[in-house]
Amino acid sequence: MNRILDHVAALGRSGLDVLQAIGRATIMLVMALFGRSNTHGSMGPLIVKQIYAVGVLSLIIITVSGVFIGMVLGLQGYNILVRYGSEQAVGQMVALSLVRELGPVVTALLFAGRAGSALTAEIGLMKATEQLSSLEMIGVDPLKRIIAPRFWAGFISMPLLACIFSMVGIFGGAMVGVDWLGIYEGSFWVNMQNSVDFRNDVIDGIIKSVMFGFVVTWIAVFQGYDAVPTSEGISRATTRTVVYASLAVLGLDFILTAVMFGDL
Amino acid sequence: MNQENEHFIEIRGLTFMRGERIIFDNIDMDIPKGRVTGIMGPSGTGKTTLLRLIGAQLKPDAGEIFVGGQNISTLGREELFRTRSKMGMLFQSGALFTDLTVFENVAFPLRVHTKLSESIIHDIVLMKLQAVGLRGATQLMPAELSGGMARRVALARAIALDPDFIMYDEPFVGQDPIAMGVLVNLVRKLNNALKLTSVIVSHDLVETASIADYLYLLADGSVIAKGTPEELQASDDPKVKQFMNGLPDGPVPFHFPGRSLEEEMLGDRS
Repeated sequence: MNRILDHVAALGRSGLDVLQAIGRATIMLVMALFGRSNTHGSMGPLIVKQIYAVGVLSLIIITVSGVFIGMVLGLQGYNILVRYGSEQAVGQMVALSLVRELGPVVTALLFAGRAGSALTAEIGLMKATEQLSSLEMIGVDPLKRIIAPRFWAGFISMPLLACIFSMVGIFGGAMVGVDWLGIYEGSFWVNMQNSVDFRNDVIDGIIKSVMFGFVVTWIAVFQGYDAVPTSEGISRATTRTVVYASLAVLGLDFILTAVMFGDL
Repeated sequence: MNQENEHFIEIRGLTFMRGERIIFDNIDMDIPKGRVTGIMGPSGTGKTTLLRLIGAQLKPDAGEIFVGGQNISTLGREELFRTRSKMGMLFQSGALFTDLTVFENVAFPLRVHTKLSESIIHDIVLMKLQAVGLRGATQLMPAELSGGMARRVALARAIALDPDFIMYDEPFVGQDPIAMGVLVNLVRKLNNALKLTSVIVSHDLVETASIADYLYLLADGSVIAKGTPEELQASDDPKVKQFMNGLPDGPVPFHFPGRSLEEEMLGDRS
């Protein structure tokens, strides 16, 4: 009986820990984004620098993955649809799966692995080497100087990367479907154009990627800021970023899909 | 009234706990203005913690800390950051920003807190680097510096805004004898030239005693002795004697508290 109670208590304890972490993360975010800055100079150049680090440097992995996923979709779609003689529908299948689902989700997962982990490790190391403390002692709020620009950069980059991912994916699908498997080019593109709705598919996909960008970057900067400043602590924080961000993206994707496409 | 002018920092009834462990137990301290004050004590007595409390990076569990007449633990976030721009702190590791050159590191406080023109910033940075003997190193990155050089750059950065008050966290640890001599002289000279109030936290007895005007000795969460270096040298208190003479064991135990050696080695057999 006592052992059961212990387990219940431990469960409650970890529940409280989770709530506390969410509270700390929210306070951090609100202070970083809405706190008043006491220093000179605008945040613009800092954000641009971070967009380069988290966005531009992620371009290679995003485009290469996008092309391959589009090609695989084209191939798989063709193999199934050709049995029913409707291989012209490959275009719309590739486009809809990319724009609605795979674009935002896979980009967010890759982004968590490529940029999120880097953000966590960078901020965690700044903490471990007392750079955050020394900013505080110089009278500069590290939330404004370090956290906020990185957050905005991730938030801005992620939807753009998702759009690029979907776009090159569609070209990958066309490459396999049209150039290799010989689907008639006209019907491939016309079917796609007719079935993809700008408001319901493209905009909803972008809304998804905006939400994912928010969540992934938030988790990444918080894990770095909250990391235990030792080598072990930073390695654990980096792992947590990738795990939590991936789970959050997949869970959130279900909820968003249910709301957007589930006719609830 | 006179009292307030003489002490830049007044600590009253400071208590600080880390979990269950009491780091400071109701201590009082005064840091005289315009002087070099050394705070010494064995490792693990919370000397660095004390600096963080003075800089309000940590909040005391009880007691008050007045810096320049202001109760630092009750300041709002914005006021606190403004007050901190009047303080300099030299971290043990130097804590230079690794993505900026030496020049930009020293220029950083000027850029964020002033609206000076680029040419004036350039001149100030070179003057500060000249003071620490590293004017030639402006374009190096922190990773290219030796530990002693990094600490001197950090010192130049700490004095970039001409603070009223500067804190040194173990400035002499891990320095070769030449770098150590350079740093010791720098601390003293800067204090005199810039009319600073300096606090040095250290366990390097000889160096600290050679430049400090006043010493505090911390152990077991309280101030066990205070006075000028000469007074402490002459003290009869066994704890003070142990520390000032560098004896390994005495009232301050060499061993971390634990079970007795017999119990530990023989276990259940005893």
